[in-house]
Amino acid sequence: MIKVENISKSFDGIEIIKNISTVFDKGKTNLIIGQSGSGKTVFMKCLLGLLEVDYGNIFFENQKFDNEDVSKVLNLRKQMGMVFQGSALFDSMTVLENIIFPMKMFSNKSIDEMHDRAQEVIKRVDLKDADNKFPSEISGGMKKRVAIARAIVLNPKYLFCDEPNSGLDPKTAIIIDKLIQEITIEYGITTVINTHDMNSVMEIGDKIIFLVSGEKIWEGDSNQILKTKNSLVNDFVYSSEIMKRLKN
Amino acid sequence: MIRLTFSKFTKWNVLKKLIIQEIDDLIIGSIWIVAFMSFLVGGVVAIQTALNIDSPFLPGNLIGFATRQSVILEFAPTLISIIMAGKVGSFITSSIGTMRVTEQIDALEVMGINSFNYLIFPKIVSLLLYPFLITLAMFLGILGGYIASVYAGFSSSFDFIQGIQLDFKVFHVIYAYIKTTLFAFILATIPSYHGFFMKGGALEVGKASNISFVWTSIVIIVINFIVTQLLLA
Repeated sequence: MIKVENISKSFDGIEIIKNISTVFDKGKTNLIIGQSGSGKTVFMKCLLGLLEVDYGNIFFENQKFDNEDVSKVLNLRKQMGMVFQGSALFDSMTVLENIIFPMKMFSNKSIDEMHDRAQEVIKRVDLKDADNKFPSEISGGMKKRVAIARAIVLNPKYLFCDEPNSGLDPKTAIIIDKLIQEITIEYGITTVINTHDMNSVMEIGDKIIFLVSGEKIWEGDSNQILKTKNSLVNDFVYSSEIMKRLKN
Repeated sequence: MIRLTFSKFTKWNVLKKLIIQEIDDLIIGSIWIVAFMSFLVGGVVAIQTALNIDSPFLPGNLIGFATRQSVILEFAPTLISIIMAGKVGSFITSSIGTMRVTEQIDALEVMGINSFNYLIFPKIVSLLLYPFLITLAMFLGILGGYIASVYAGFSSSFDFIQGIQLDFKVFHVIYAYIKTTLFAFILATIPSYHGFFMKGGALEVGKASNISFVWTSIVIIVINFIVTQLLLA
């Protein structure tokens, strides 16, 4: 569980995140949605501690995230997995090496044990014939699978995904969304996903928070979002022709 | 940055492989260019000296002496370091900068890895072998000077060898290695800083490499001046 209490973040005097409070539950896929520039990425970077908040607190379980305490932060981060928008795979490593990397850094497993665990997660994310390929040699969908495999290889408590299906075709996007949801339930992870994709919202939105200009405007789930009277949420949800037709 | 580079160390078995990789990229990968340039520039120094001292009143061993002094005191440590600022420095800035742009550094941070130590420390350690390159540059520079002056008929082999032994001061070599060690640290840290703290996309990676080369060269020249003033003046 991640608890966010009144966090704010400014850049050059401009407030990008405005007094956001919420709770992300364990075993649920929690979605942060909003238009481009609404502050989703900054909010996620604050959760990860990559950006220091100006005000407010973030609690992982009941442990306060304190950027000042470097060793505490590093220890907490070992319990986090992150899937970046561009996958952020290490160019100089093969797919298998990318997946093994977190284990090499933080576990005392033998080489064989690491390989076994890597094969386990490779199988779990359904990644075929890519072990010895470099990131530049595989497709966008495969990169996402590798990024997910790398993120879950150490059994993290928290999984963060920044627009995990951006740049993917609709079918692959849904497969990746479903994969994240299944993994969240299977491993009992607290998952937080940044997205502006309505398919993701409808498919996997256990909890959704809607941001406009860095402010939390609405909070609910995938059923409630279709019925809400909030005009800003409606503008976002029904911005596409397909959604408008569905509504009518 | 320096403080963080030397704290929260990465696991030794991982670090060891990174250091070997950096030695391969930064030192072994530079041998050819350093050898090529040193040999030819050493030859040019000898020829230029010979052409400018064409007087029967000057001793024949002066070409060897001038070549040795130029190569050991300035050409090998300073000029090669400026060339390396272009080769190694741009490589460091662009590789770290690309990792920044493609969020690979963020990925390291999120995993709880001290990215400064992981990325910069192996570069600093591998550049401890930089004096080896400069030794090679000194040797090949003088050899180039010997071949150019002897085979072009500017000096006899005996005169040149006598010249490179003439008034030899060990401290000059020590001075060259002191400079080299300082330049190695500069070559590892300034480009890393520019790569690490860059912002933007691919274009900015190019700009960062460019700025890094300019600053590394400037700092090398300023440090060269200060060290020369302190140790030789």
